Amino acid sequence: MEGSLLILVVPILQAAVRSGTPILFVCIGEIYAERSGILNVGLEGLMLVGAIAGFTAGFSAGNPVVGVFAAAIAGALFSLIHAYVTITLRADQIVSGLTLTILGTGISGFFGKPMIGQVGPGFDQIAIPGLSKIPVLGQVLFQQDAMVYLSFVLVPIAWWVMYKTHLGLSIRSVGENPATADSLGVSVTKVRYGCVLFGGAMAGLGGAYLSLAYTTMWIEQMSGGRGWITLALVIFAAWNPARAMLGAYLFGGADALQLRIQAVGIEIPTYFLMMLPYVLTIGILVLASRASLRRRIGAPAALALPYAREER
Amino acid sequence: MAMRLELRLERSRKLEVLVPVVSVLLSLVVCAVLLLSTGTNPLTAYGAMLKEAFGTSYGFGEVLVKATPLILCGLGVMLAFKMMFWNIGAEGQLHMGAWGATAVVMTGWDASAWLMIPAMMLGGFAAGALWALIPAYLKVKLNTNEIITTLLLNYVAILWVAHFIYGPWKDPTSFGFPMTKQFPDGAQLLRFGDSRVHLGLVFALLIAVALYFIQEKSRWGFEIAVTGSNPRAAEYAGMNAGRNILLVMLLSGGLAGIAGMVEVSGIQLKLLKDISPHAAPYGYTAIIIAWLARRNPWGVVLVSILMGGLYVGGETVQITMKLPVNIVLIIQALILFFVLGGDILSRYRLVFDRKEALSGG
Repeated sequence: MEGSLLILVVPILQAAVRSGTPILFVCIGEIYAERSGILNVGLEGLMLVGAIAGFTAGFSAGNPVVGVFAAAIAGALFSLIHAYVTITLRADQIVSGLTLTILGTGISGFFGKPMIGQVGPGFDQIAIPGLSKIPVLGQVLFQQDAMVYLSFVLVPIAWWVMYKTHLGLSIRSVGENPATADSLGVSVTKVRYGCVLFGGAMAGLGGAYLSLAYTTMWIEQMSGGRGWITLALVIFAAWNPARAMLGAYLFGGADALQLRIQAVGIEIPTYFLMMLPYVLTIGILVLASRASLRRRIGAPAALALPYAREER
Repeated sequence: MAMRLELRLERSRKLEVLVPVVSVLLSLVVCAVLLLSTGTNPLTAYGAMLKEAFGTSYGFGEVLVKATPLILCGLGVMLAFKMMFWNIGAEGQLHMGAWGATAVVMTGWDASAWLMIPAMMLGGFAAGALWALIPAYLKVKLNTNEIITTLLLNYVAILWVAHFIYGPWKDPTSFGFPMTKQFPDGAQLLRFGDSRVHLGLVFALLIAVALYFIQEKSRWGFEIAVTGSNPRAAEYAGMNAGRNILLVMLLSGGLAGIAGMVEVSGIQLKLLKDISPHAAPYGYTAIIIAWLARRNPWGVVLVSILMGGLYVGGETVQITMKLPVNIVLIIQALILFFVLGGDILSRYRLVFDRKEALSGG
């Protein structure tokens, strides 16, 4: 009895990790950008640029690893636009981010046209010797692809850098009180540029996961709202990389469950099931905003505010 | 050498006019580089786009056809932006409006256009408005981030429409295509002459006039402007920000809903999948329009017509030159980026600090 339940649940959990991984990459990057005070709502566009750059490079080289590097570089370069417009020119971060999404959607579609219908190289499932033999957990966590393992390594590093290093302290201080950080000799501009570019590279990785691991093809607008879902998860995670993991797998679980129920053929109309990840994200966001109203844990104080030294 | 911005003592008037013009030109230059990289002569492409959109009367009619939903959505988004409420959900509100208008037809009711069109407009307005009130209510009650909620509700609305056209409302004689059967005559908007330009354009222009008066002449319009530019002052003056958010979003979503209604009733004549172009959805273009129009109703009308030209031109080169229609989105986004940067440069001056300059002074 118990065994048959596991047979049903384990594949869903395994799929939850797969579905959550692209969002996890993006979420970690956005946490860094927002912690430094720069809101980047252009994640959806960045993911698409990463997905097409990763796919094109991986496809031409015949090697998905090349694609991953290309996606990270493309994401970082593309986010440079947002960094320049919002940090140097101090323009509105929301408008710039929205425009980045629109531009990313257009550019990925433009360069992606010759790639439509091609099947690229992908990451294979690798069972980790020993660990993958652990019951349930081994199957869920250690029979995955190389990019999932990369995310397992990145999350603790991101957490450690943020909370245990001088760099992390600088980032957080720039996002909370840039004037003070500046007077203590931290370069607000450099830290913010660094964080936005890192965020762009991570969003590129998230996109590459979609076109090189989750599927092995390019589909126009394949990010399907994951960039926006990530923005909600950053709030849910209270800007903490470790909690981002929980949020990403929660969303991944909803996505996996939705696909599974469709496959089993339970009598819920398909399109209502497909709404589940979006509706769940709104629900999570509502809960998170209730919590922050009560406990007053909130966004970094200087989030979305441009910084200029002479205006101190 | 480091760059920094220095506030100009006077806002440069000349630059304020120059910025949009130069932005359009620069974005065309950047896009030309993209076109060259695919081996297309950009001048040929731009020439063909311009000629099709503004050189023939049929083409210009099509420009107005595209401009109609853009004006309606753009006005709605503009109103919300005026209050600094980030309504990114016009696309979803448009879909719900199209659904609400179609729901009126699907009751099987068949009457004259004098009765059916107003009923469908009411249905479209109500559905779009209700959809927009969800994020507005969450914002007012719980301070939930409206950028995310309005955007995510777009996906939900599109799936909602899909459910009906693939399911209960699907025309059994459509050979499997996801669409309703064609609307009866009474549910179709009047078209002008041989063109596809329909009565919706007149509605859109009348609404632009009405919004101009609300914005510039009414106390409520004043309240919206104050709440948007200085929320603290609005609070001290006793203005109810929460109530205003709800009212603004009711109107904003309702206008996008009417855009959906006129699309199904004036152009598609049925509810089907891509009521808004997949490659450059109206609801997203409306955001760019509202921003480029500097939140001015007349600006929305003007920019919508120019964007309509971009759509028609883009479709033309897609067919005749096999270019990806995505260049429409690319040009739109580039214009906005250049205007965004240009606006800053018209307020500030970019100064380069040099080491020797500092030591010399």
